[in-house]
Amino acid sequence: MNTYAGIEIVVYFAVLLAMVKPLGWYMARVYRGRPCGLDAVLAPVERLLYRLSGVNPDGEMSWQKYAVAMLIFNLLGIVAVYGLQRLQGSLPLNPQELGTVAPDLAFNTAVSFASNTNWQAYSGESTLSHLTQMLGLTVQNFLSAATGMAVLVALIRGLSRTSTETIGNFWVDMTRSTLYILMPLSLVMAIVLASQGVVQSFGPAAEATLLDPTTDADGQAVLTQRIPMGPAASQVAIKQLGTNGGGFFGVNSAHPLENPTPLSNFLQLLAILLIPAALCYTFGEMVGDVRQGWALLATMLIIFVPLVGLGLWAESAGNPRLADLGIDATATLQQSGGNMEGKEVRFGVGTSVLWAAATTAASNGSVNSMHDSFTPLGGLVPMWLMQLGEVIFGGVGSGLYGLLIFALVAVFIAGLMVGRTPEYLGKKIEAYEMKMAALVILIPPIVVLAGTALAVSVDAGRAAIANPGPHGFSEILYALSSAGNNNGSAFGGLGANSIFYNSLLGVAMFVSRYWLIIPVLAIAGSLARKRQTPVSAGTLPTHTPLFVVLLAGIVVLVGALTFLPALALGPIVEHLQLTSMNS
Amino acid sequence: MMSTRSARPLFDPLIVRRALRDSLLKLSPRHQLRNPVMFTVYLGSALTTLLFVQALFRTGDESPGFILAISAWLWFTVLFANFAEAMAEGRGKAQADTLRKSRQDVIARRLAANKLYEMVSSSELGVGDIVVVKAGELIPLDGEVIEGVASVDESAITGESAPVIREGGGDRSAVTGGTRVLSDFLIVRCTARPGESFLDRMISMVEGAKRQKTPNEIALDILLAAMTIVFLLACATLVSFSQYSVLSAGRGTPITLTVIVALLVCLIPTTIGGLLSAIGIAGMDRMIQANVIATSGRAVEAAGDVDVLLLDKTGTITLGNRQAVEFVPADGVDVARLADAAQLSSLADETPEGRSIVVLAKQKYGLRGRDVEGLGAHFISFSARTRMSGVDLEGRQIRKGAVDAMESYVRERGHEFPRSLRDRVDQISKSGGTPLVVVDDGQALGVIYLKDIVKGGIRERFAELRQMGIKTVMITGDNPLTAAAIAAEAGVDDFLAEATPEAKLSMIREYQAGGRLVAMTGDGTNDSPALAQADVAVAMNSGTQAAKEAGNMVDLDSNPTKLIEIVEIGKQLLMTRGALTTFSIANDVSKYFAIIPAAFASTYPELGRLNLMGLSSGILSAVIFNALIIVVLIPLALRGVKYQAVGAATLLRNNLIVYGLGGLLVPFVGIKLIDLILVGLQLV
Repeated sequence: MNTYAGIEIVVYFAVLLAMVKPLGWYMARVYRGRPCGLDAVLAPVERLLYRLSGVNPDGEMSWQKYAVAMLIFNLLGIVAVYGLQRLQGSLPLNPQELGTVAPDLAFNTAVSFASNTNWQAYSGESTLSHLTQMLGLTVQNFLSAATGMAVLVALIRGLSRTSTETIGNFWVDMTRSTLYILMPLSLVMAIVLASQGVVQSFGPAAEATLLDPTTDADGQAVLTQRIPMGPAASQVAIKQLGTNGGGFFGVNSAHPLENPTPLSNFLQLLAILLIPAALCYTFGEMVGDVRQGWALLATMLIIFVPLVGLGLWAESAGNPRLADLGIDATATLQQSGGNMEGKEVRFGVGTSVLWAAATTAASNGSVNSMHDSFTPLGGLVPMWLMQLGEVIFGGVGSGLYGLLIFALVAVFIAGLMVGRTPEYLGKKIEAYEMKMAALVILIPPIVVLAGTALAVSVDAGRAAIANPGPHGFSEILYALSSAGNNNGSAFGGLGANSIFYNSLLGVAMFVSRYWLIIPVLAIAGSLARKRQTPVSAGTLPTHTPLFVVLLAGIVVLVGALTFLPALALGPIVEHLQLTSMNS
Repeated sequence: MMSTRSARPLFDPLIVRRALRDSLLKLSPRHQLRNPVMFTVYLGSALTTLLFVQALFRTGDESPGFILAISAWLWFTVLFANFAEAMAEGRGKAQADTLRKSRQDVIARRLAANKLYEMVSSSELGVGDIVVVKAGELIPLDGEVIEGVASVDESAITGESAPVIREGGGDRSAVTGGTRVLSDFLIVRCTARPGESFLDRMISMVEGAKRQKTPNEIALDILLAAMTIVFLLACATLVSFSQYSVLSAGRGTPITLTVIVALLVCLIPTTIGGLLSAIGIAGMDRMIQANVIATSGRAVEAAGDVDVLLLDKTGTITLGNRQAVEFVPADGVDVARLADAAQLSSLADETPEGRSIVVLAKQKYGLRGRDVEGLGAHFISFSARTRMSGVDLEGRQIRKGAVDAMESYVRERGHEFPRSLRDRVDQISKSGGTPLVVVDDGQALGVIYLKDIVKGGIRERFAELRQMGIKTVMITGDNPLTAAAIAAEAGVDDFLAEATPEAKLSMIREYQAGGRLVAMTGDGTNDSPALAQADVAVAMNSGTQAAKEAGNMVDLDSNPTKLIEIVEIGKQLLMTRGALTTFSIANDVSKYFAIIPAAFASTYPELGRLNLMGLSSGILSAVIFNALIIVVLIPLALRGVKYQAVGAATLLRNNLIVYGLGGLLVPFVGIKLIDLILVGLQLV
């Protein structure tokens, strides 16, 4: 790491934090149906949409109704994406004339994009037609993000309403999320990205003559290279903003046509955390106490920043075995330095690590370097960020509702410690809420651990491993952690496009997305029914540094206690082996 | 004052002996099933026992000695948890035994229709039956006195040896079955069925027989069960993980079942799981030590949550009676003359106020009580119609009374009521006092200043409550002016003046509608609607049956200040649970460092670098620590975490440092010590 990387990281956090308040404030107005500046243009569109679809925008829903609407809508999305992939051969906008996608891969991809995971077992340029990419994946990029935001808003309403049965209207929340927030931001982002050179075309692959001809495996001379093209800029914009992460190209944002310049890299990095961070402020604004929102953002940061630091340290130190061989891996003006395997020379250690941490903290999953090639501890950082349950920023909406569930647990324990039935924002936290919160916190670890245990026990699971030993274990654990927490980031190395992994990961993604949303909505419904207890000196304040530390402590402790044995057999032992003298 | 009757030492040898026996009886699976955390340990103990047997006869998955050691300590873990629960119950059981002695079957005289007695066993009595109880006899059942006045020894229930007066009508009409009439006789109408009397309820309460889990306990149970599931999974999946590791590394043996079970038991929250029910029972027990009988654990828990305390002025905030503190003469009247007249008028006045006037005159002006009977004095006692009292003596007519009554009395006799006196009267009213105007032969001499004496230390108590976030409201029948002055002096947050039962009730409803939990005390029948409405309602044992039925707690000492103590006990109960939960979870970190290096040593010796404590027998040491910590924490579970009256944030910080940080660090030291001892004794 060098000074420039340091400056970039500082500037990154400064710009990110500066945007939290304006964007958060804007989103709060959108969800409260107040004038927000874009109404002049968008309100007629919104009204037209409601009229066409027969939605009564004032019709409030109970949590059960809300959940059913959400489930039906998402199932339809899965079916649509599955159908598009299976039929793409006979549909238009397929200049490469790509064939139909295998059923297991199509299932995996459909669930992956609907659940905001965007795990990619395929390589976009060689598998999916432009139509599938645009009408299937890009649409799901918007809708899955909007689903997360809608559920969050429903939970916030549960916390801020009193003595009512309803938590909002799912269709309205979806429409407003997409129309007022995701679309305008994506539009701006796509144009800026295109200006930086991210491709946006409907044409077939370009044919380029190689300056330095080579030969292929059969000894045939290779004189030209096919450069895949397509509508990338528009998809990349929402892929980052909606914490989707599914790249247009197989290597994602490490590809020069998906992420060509330092500026495009900075903007994409910013877009990864932008909405999850700003939603904290939206939350504070909507519950009438912005300090509550800042406290949650602070919780995310005090976990995130040290982990970025750990990653930077591990990657900058590089591989001790190479140093033993007399290889100079220090960063100088002439070379990037540190552990550069799997990293773009143009990005170096600093940006790569920051990206790796951001993309796994938020459930984004896009990459600009190959995490499989990180040092053991450098690779532990993104893996553990996912295992924390995707609540440190997390997916748009889903990250914050996840953290709010942790906050309920923190409040419960803290409430006991001060001798009072726990309450959060004036709502009493009782057995029902704890039951649902326990489900939300339990399911991802169950999926990850059970899935990993299954995969390492069967031949089909072990066969996909690229590296033996603890690293191979890490590859499987990483894949399950990614799918089981709806991240979508891939460690690489694992050959995951098999019937076994497509099915296992597909089920994992489905379960951990929708089985979490239902208890979250149930909590929203139960909280909405409750009265609000007024604040007194006996009330535990939930906006103080003390509470932030407690909440962060609980998130870290749950993540550590659940995954420490598994991590010990993966990255930790690999690190110890790497740094032991005698092995 | 707290009764000292039941202040048994925490480890009374008698209770310990009984608890030791009970902890074995509690090994029945049916009992264990009620606690998911400890049931998991129970199953683990059974499994390791089987593994030990297997190791004895065939190749076991570890050496038989090691399995035996682990298995034994797992059984100890279960037994220690049982012991904690039995200890908590033991105190109540000992008390229940004493109470049972009072609940003998007695022969009662039931009044038959023809005004004759028939002798029946108390177990045959029913609600509505009328019995006669004579001096020296036990009252057979709970009831209302309908005739007679008698002194009753209630020490069996309250622990207070001084007899109390019970009489028909009014607020002292309730009698409790099992108490003894000492003098005279009472005619009592039974209000409870045999087996459902107050004494029965009390016995089942102190024994914990009817104990149901409180809502908060259920919520905590869910959290603990969830954690148990997570750890169960983390441990179970380790089997496949370690098999893969062995396969992949090409050396070592997979983790054994014994080690997996040991790791699991160390990780699941056994400390809180094992002590949880003891904490709940001990909380009820502390209420009983404070001489308060709660009808449910739920009520105890709710006490910790109270936001508003409604306190009766008289008896709680002020001493029961007003006292004369000053004689204020009218213009041109000598103060000694006023004092003399005041004393004369009060000589026969046996009320505390009257007596305090005589005393004040004596102390300040050296006026001694005189034998007025000899002077042929005629006393006029107070009546609601005239609203004055006084004396006719040697042709003088001395009267004292409320200002408006006296003003018209003076006018009727053709005198002027001085304007300056009126001002002084108003001043006294404004400062919270009660003015009594003294008139001698139609001339207003001046005013006696009667003052409510606020109890010592009560102001500080209210300040503490405010810090805890609890609002205090004074309830009084006084006029708003007087009430405001006393409220200011006592430091309450609010007051309800000229309170009627309806006003009380609507005030409680109002606070509840605002989301607050309200606690109050009451004794009279007219308090019952408000008691029924309040979230925490403490009825005085001296009160009426109706009040006791309406409340969810009965204070045997009939001390209204007890409410504050009750709130603290409720908070303590929750805090103890929270503190031990935090401690339990924080413990896990060190256990990983003790177990993981040892568990995978054969496959990945490099993990030995995680053995920060340098243990030679990490697994066994961790299991032993995990068992022993339960025993170490029993006193804390029984006594409860100390409550400090500070704000929630400070309290949380303090407890997080002690139980969170402490929970993180203590086991590192504890496990290392145990390991050193094991090595020292050459057991490993």
